[in-house]
Amino acid sequence: MTTPRTIDVVVIGGGQAGLAMSHCLTRRSVDHVVLERGHTANSWRTQRWDSLRLLTPNWLSRLPGWPYRGDDPDGYMTALEVAAHLDDYRRAFDAPVRPATSVLNIESSESAHTVATDDGTWRARAVVLATGACSDPHIPAVARDLPDHLDHVSPIHYRNPGQLADGGVLVVGASASGLQIADELSRAGREVTLAVGDHVRLPRTYRGMDIHWWMDAVGQLDERYDEVPDIGRARRLPSLQLVGTPERRDLDLNAAAANGARLVGRLVGGSGHRAQFSGSFANMCASADLKQGRLLDLCDEYATAHGLDGELAEPSRPAPTAVGTPVLEADLRPIGTVVWATGFRPTYPWLDPRLLDRKGRLVHDGGVLPVPGMYVLGLPFLRRRKSSFLDGVGPDADDVATHLVGHLATTACRV
Amino acid sequence: MTITENSTETPAVDNGVNVEALLGARDHMTEMPELAQFTWRADCEWVNGTHSRTTVEKFSGAGGEQTHRQPYSADTDHPELFASADNGPTPPEMLLIGLAGCLTAGVASVATHRGVQLRSVKASVEANMDLAGILGIDSDVRNGFSTIQVHYDIDADATKAELEGIVAQSQKRSAAFDVIANPTSIVVSVN
Repeated sequence: MTTPRTIDVVVIGGGQAGLAMSHCLTRRSVDHVVLERGHTANSWRTQRWDSLRLLTPNWLSRLPGWPYRGDDPDGYMTALEVAAHLDDYRRAFDAPVRPATSVLNIESSESAHTVATDDGTWRARAVVLATGACSDPHIPAVARDLPDHLDHVSPIHYRNPGQLADGGVLVVGASASGLQIADELSRAGREVTLAVGDHVRLPRTYRGMDIHWWMDAVGQLDERYDEVPDIGRARRLPSLQLVGTPERRDLDLNAAAANGARLVGRLVGGSGHRAQFSGSFANMCASADLKQGRLLDLCDEYATAHGLDGELAEPSRPAPTAVGTPVLEADLRPIGTVVWATGFRPTYPWLDPRLLDRKGRLVHDGGVLPVPGMYVLGLPFLRRRKSSFLDGVGPDADDVATHLVGHLATTACRV
Repeated sequence: MTITENSTETPAVDNGVNVEALLGARDHMTEMPELAQFTWRADCEWVNGTHSRTTVEKFSGAGGEQTHRQPYSADTDHPELFASADNGPTPPEMLLIGLAGCLTAGVASVATHRGVQLRSVKASVEANMDLAGILGIDSDVRNGFSTIQVHYDIDADATKAELEGIVAQSQKRSAAFDVIANPTSIVVSVN
């Protein structure tokens, strides 16, 4: 058995969060290592579907010390372009990444954290968890009540329409992943049923500007976690119904229906060969339309307050979601596959379970765990609304690095 | 930061809802989930024909047995059109009473939380039913409602969008709406 290697900080995860953290630590001359179970930007290479592009325009991909330097700021990167972006970043400051290293266990004492990996053990004075928000798909319990003949696929394993078994596809969940996958499947000629629960709708562009330009301008992206009335709820908001395409087209339920998808309510039960959908569909659609209206009102107010009305296109609101005749039940025999676009719940099997709440979520205050010297990055609204975005993790990493350096200073006397 | 603070831009409103108490209960039940476990009860006694009387008095929750400040009884029956005595609303109509009451309570609570003073709130509920279901005429027709429509008329100092938002939020957090819109397990036993 090899003796543990000693280091000031272990960063777990070599994606944008881990690399941003590494940059912040490098700038502060803090000795550290980044442990990555695959290779840099692993999930961007191995857990994204073929046609995936970011929801956010390219200019919103800034990392600490790494401005956007491409020639298409308003375009949307593919998954492999994101991986290349992160790889270039890693090389630019020679981030100390150890690839193909999986963490097995972390034990924490007052003075140090012992990180056991499949390539030996590290003893560190601080640990930063940067494994991302999308490591584990969440499949709701209703899956058990569906008939046996169905294939089940999560967005992490979905690649393209040709991969799916014959027959119709039931896409459960109409947030970004569900809507994009449903859209792609419809365009490929598949029969799609899209089960719609809680969702957040926004147009791709408003008055000629990308919606993220607006969200940035009105200050939404920088909203702090300690400034919103219900942070728990804000952290659980579904991903925006958006797609990144060169044409900057809208992707919403009306578009999905126009492409031939059958819209139904939230999947709430299965009995024999039938699936049951919630009667709350109209309310889900009305709520999303209202929420969209409120943000667009904020955008219009911002435009007027900053004298931009002359330069921008006239306000033109997206059409309300057409609800149609509600479908409460469906025969699942013509369906071959269920795509569970029902979100993610990261798990931490290598962490002390006492660090998790009763729903398995990490307990933290703006990224600072209750255990001294332990931090997390990259979770939704960790410190800011944009925390889980490519462009959002940098400021969080900077804040956490400052706190971490303070921790190292206070523990310096204890060897 | 406590969520019982009102924002400084919003004047206090009085719709008769003690929002602070509700938010306090929410905090309390977040800390102690066992306090949130409630059991509602109703006891029914057949009177005659299709006429029954159901009484609600006790329930359990917040860690103990609770009692309404008086027992409440409701008669249910079928109308004369059904060759019955019409001693009370039909049971399906009682469900509409529950739905309307729950959604409207929600409107008052959400409006108060959002600083909107209500002057009047009226809900009209309509539920369609094809009797071929309960009469066993057509097995493709369900026993219950095919659709339910609720229309709200609200007089308040708020924009239409704000009122729509309040009504939308009320549905999101309504128990009766959930029971009716989504499947619920019902187990019935005898003796």
